[in-house]
Amino acid sequence: MLIKKPSDIKPSEITPQSVYQRRREFMRTSLGLLLAGAGLPGLSAATLPRSGKLDAVKNPSLSTDETLTPWANATEYNNFYEFGSDKYSPAKLAGRLTTSPWRLSIEGEVARSGSYTLEDILRPHALEERIYRLRCVERWSMVVPWVGFSLAELIKRFEPTSRAKYVEFTTLYRPEEMPGQKRRVLDWPYVEGLRMDEAMHPLTMLAVGLYGEILPNQNGAPIRLVVPWKYGFKSIKSIVKIRFTEQQPVSTWTRSAPSEYGFYSNVNPDVDHPRWSQKRERRLGEFLKRKTEPFNGYAEQVAGLYRGMDLKKYY
Amino acid sequence: MSIDYRLFIKPLVFTACLLPVAWLVWALLSDRLGANPFEELTRQSGLWTLRFLLLTLLMTPLRELLGRAWPLKYRRMLGLFTFFYASAHLLTYLWFDQFFDWQEIFTDIVKRPFITVGMLAWLLLVPLALTSTKAMMKRLGRKWKRLHQLSYGIGLLAVLHFLWLVKADLREPLIYMGILLALLGFRLWHRRRQQFPLRRGKAVADLSS
Ligand code: HEM
Repeated sequence: MLIKKPSDIKPSEITPQSVYQRRREFMRTSLGLLLAGAGLPGLSAATLPRSGKLDAVKNPSLSTDETLTPWANATEYNNFYEFGSDKYSPAKLAGRLTTSPWRLSIEGEVARSGSYTLEDILRPHALEERIYRLRCVERWSMVVPWVGFSLAELIKRFEPTSRAKYVEFTTLYRPEEMPGQKRRVLDWPYVEGLRMDEAMHPLTMLAVGLYGEILPNQNGAPIRLVVPWKYGFKSIKSIVKIRFTEQQPVSTWTRSAPSEYGFYSNVNPDVDHPRWSQKRERRLGEFLKRKTEPFNGYAEQVAGLYRGMDLKKYY
Repeated sequence: MSIDYRLFIKPLVFTACLLPVAWLVWALLSDRLGANPFEELTRQSGLWTLRFLLLTLLMTPLRELLGRAWPLKYRRMLGLFTFFYASAHLLTYLWFDQFFDWQEIFTDIVKRPFITVGMLAWLLLVPLALTSTKAMMKRLGRKWKRLHQLSYGIGLLAVLHFLWLVKADLREPLIYMGILLALLGFRLWHRRRQQFPLRRGKAVADLSS
């Protein structure tokens, strides 16, 4: 494969800016080529290395037609505590993360467990673009065109056993490249989880890109979860492990503050965060706040998953 | 004839105190406050309130440490700027966060401890600002000093406000708390030394006899 090795970069050339740019290019090239090599539809190897474009098939039936949040906002304003606890550090610091090679291990109650390269994970999946709303627990929201595929497709491929009731995801732990992990602000590595039916829901996706581009590191490269009806922190970034379990996983934020962040964390205007009301949100780029919708506006598709459950208790 | 340069210092300090708000307005208008500019206004004005509060509380220890009177000349100005930034901070909350939804604001004040203590801190600043004039100082006499010692409590409430509002990373509020405790600790230590100036000497003398 035509992948430039990081060692091609001489130490003498290393200034933060050049490292950042080279790495971006390197990542784009390698992910682009591996996707192209995998023979995905609509991908042209000739254009990939420069632009990092991922030509995905649009999926209008799962997409909102709301105005997209500008790319600049979606890629500069991120919660990614692995790179610092303020919103702007991830965009500044994530450039140093090496995303290739990348391995993902599939573990637990699953027939085809093992450690796979990202190429192996992605190969059979056709990429789709879906425009989702994203609602952060901190009362801001965006509209993002994600590129990826349904998590359900991947789960079926690896054949979970009948004992698999939950799926647990883990983010990379690499403090040398993720400076936020040098302090125990959270209990690293970051862990999130979904109930099996939530994970199998057609809206739940694994994303490798946004705005038709390969995922920038600060947005969770090379592969992240997107669950649009839950608060943003459920959509775990830079995943290295997917584990099928019988017991409900304990999410990192739940461990950090159980009374503030529950396992479900469905967007719900009627359940306050202890420190603020969740009734309203500010869409990035807007002045006035909007009303927050139950399940972030996806109630029609997902409310059935929680029928009979007291959502104030299972927040 | 030489110009008394000291005449210029106060206006200069005054102007410097306006720089943060000037910068914030300029940054807002020129779209330099990031993706969520109105949240950034609340955060920045909150931080500047706390910084001015600590600067104000620094003046008395500075006088003692330097043995000079000039720090006290700036104490009132800094205190009033604290109130100015606190009010701007409160306004950003009332307006850009709540859009003057008084019911939500009331709920926040009674239900969210971090808002409760922030509000309390601002309310306590009001009488201090009102009694900051020379005339009031004269009129209140000894009581003025007692009243303005409320600023210690305001400092503690402000730091508590900050500690309670962060999600997980306590480093920044703890740094501010450390500075506040140093400033308050200095006063305790200094007062003890003034109250019992001979004690230590005497104790040593007792021991050696
Ligand atoms: C002396 C009075 C006050 C001081 C010193 C103060 C200080 C601060 C500080 C340092 C921050 C954090 C900035 C950051 O996140 O970096 C903050 C945030 C905040 N303060 Fe205050 N504050 C005061 C009064 C108030 C009052 C009266 C209110 C409202 C009633 C208020 C509401 C808020 C809110 C809503 C935030 C933002 C919280 C968030 O980002 O989630 N504060 N304040």
